[in-house]
Amino acid sequence: MLADALRSRPAGLDEALALIDGLDDALVHGLARIDEDRAAALESFAAAFTGSPLAGRVSDSIGKVVAGTVTDDHVAVLAGARSALTGAVHDALLAGLDEALGRVREPWAAPAGPAHSGQVLAGGRSWLRELAIAGWRGVDHELANGGAQVVSALLADPAGRRLAVLLDGFSAELRCAAPVATLDRVPVRRWADLWSRAVLLSQETFPAHEAAPADGRFLLLGVDLHEHPTVFRAQAHGLLESPGGGVRLVRTSVAAAKVDTISGPSAWRMLSAFPVFRAALAGQRVVELSGMPLTPGGDLLWDESRAAVGEPADPFAAARVRLGGVSAPAVAPLDRHPAAIAEPVLLEGYTAGEGSFDLGGVTLAVDSDRLPEAGPLTPALVAASTACLGLLRWDGGRWAVQPLAVQATVRKKPVTVHTADWALGPTEAKAAKAEATAGTAVEVLRERAGRLLRR
Amino acid sequence: MTSESDAYERRSAAPVIAPVRPRKLAKVPFVELSEGRLQGVVSSGSDVERVYVSSITAGDHGLSCNTNNNRPCGGLSGGTRACNHLRALAEAAVAQYGLDRVARYLRVTLPDGAGDLWSGLHTTTAPNRAAEVFSGFLRHLAYLEVPPTADPLPELQWFPAAGAVR
Repeated sequence: MLADALRSRPAGLDEALALIDGLDDALVHGLARIDEDRAAALESFAAAFTGSPLAGRVSDSIGKVVAGTVTDDHVAVLAGARSALTGAVHDALLAGLDEALGRVREPWAAPAGPAHSGQVLAGGRSWLRELAIAGWRGVDHELANGGAQVVSALLADPAGRRLAVLLDGFSAELRCAAPVATLDRVPVRRWADLWSRAVLLSQETFPAHEAAPADGRFLLLGVDLHEHPTVFRAQAHGLLESPGGGVRLVRTSVAAAKVDTISGPSAWRMLSAFPVFRAALAGQRVVELSGMPLTPGGDLLWDESRAAVGEPADPFAAARVRLGGVSAPAVAPLDRHPAAIAEPVLLEGYTAGEGSFDLGGVTLAVDSDRLPEAGPLTPALVAASTACLGLLRWDGGRWAVQPLAVQATVRKKPVTVHTADWALGPTEAKAAKAEATAGTAVEVLRERAGRLLRR
Repeated sequence: MTSESDAYERRSAAPVIAPVRPRKLAKVPFVELSEGRLQGVVSSGSDVERVYVSSITAGDHGLSCNTNNNRPCGGLSGGTRACNHLRALAEAAVAQYGLDRVARYLRVTLPDGAGDLWSGLHTTTAPNRAAEVFSGFLRHLAYLEVPPTADPLPELQWFPAAGAVR
């Protein structure tokens, strides 16, 4: 069943991606420089919305953009229309996967809460509009640096964190690549994704959603680590057993601000405010939750005071018993995007090859780029594995599995390795020594901050 | 079907920034390749309250070195012979980014087999940028004081944690 879903291509997928590519290609050279080919691609993009509620606004905005007028409003419509298409691709892919996995997806029913506003968002919008006009090829040092001021202002407000973290990661890439005119290859889809996510998040009307308190037992499945120069985040995927008996997939995460010289295993030091979280991850322990806020999208908003660490529980055993037919959270409408799909799965009975698993009937790529230095999971362990807990992801036109934990045989002995085994520091002597050296970076910078910041 | 040749262009998670290599920070706490310069901050050997702000411009290799209180560095004293701070800065940059990336950014052509950046630099003097670079360093340090968050941050799916160079 799973093999069929991984092999099949939903109807209309290629057509939808071709429309997205048309808009993305226009952003490479900039909305100020639209030639005939790019204008034709944009007009097909607009035509695809005929008969939808967006039709009028999309065709109007594209007409204006092709004619040479680019306002914040036109930019918002382009990003919104693009997200409708990525949302459709997401839905088609996820529906096939849910069916194959016997996963029951909850419908989205949350009302939009109050949106937040502020002058800060206007600054973000105007930088994003300048980027779209100049195009990626037109990004020089000055334009790339334009994001920095917006980020500083957003970081000062907790409600601005989501956009701040996105813009900071995006603008760091632009700064690194500037002047983009001389860059060999441009990450066209990626930058269009990040740009359009940021445009949507910088609208005053972007909806917020209320979280509701949840009780029960959190059983860990695996941990995914995220990072860019100024953030490190550990996101745990797990099962929430409610007191009423229901079991559902949930996620919970903690993120810390950092700088680029803090990376690898020592990045865990930045999460020192979360001892309960780190202990639960490092020891694969059950967490008893009491009144932990849960969003309609299945994210527990981690609160150390509402969590108690219990006994160890093997994630592989939990997955074998409870993952089949589990209920899965709804996806917030504006978060629907193929690159946001990260479905926990347990894979067994495959033949591990070089960079892929033969599942019998389909070869599933292993996403080795997502094996972080901050954990002990290596491509060699994955290649020697017999069981794998991972996240199914879709990117670059295909499915791949990102391993989060494996059971493998090393020198004839069975071993089990999880990405977050080093959440409390490396458990292996060589890595621990390297971490101790690298970890002094954190102390050095804190000392410098103490002396120089409050002047 | 996406063809192999444009796979990078059509990947949401296409890698853009190469992970920085770990290095000791005590002497040179901050280095960046930014705004067309290799720039950073070098701790003073004699005074814990003082730092030197040093930079080398890309292309014409203009040198600048001043204290955070905007006094000119005695070692460089407006000349074109690099002081110890600039040498420490370049060494830290090479440790952090690798020689190739630093040389490419500064538009340095290295002689064959050169293991050192200086052999390819034809230095000139550059205007003082200490104030800008120092405020960049303070912004950098300020990240350590931003509180952590449990916000779900959905866009981080685009930013996998750096893989090991194994």
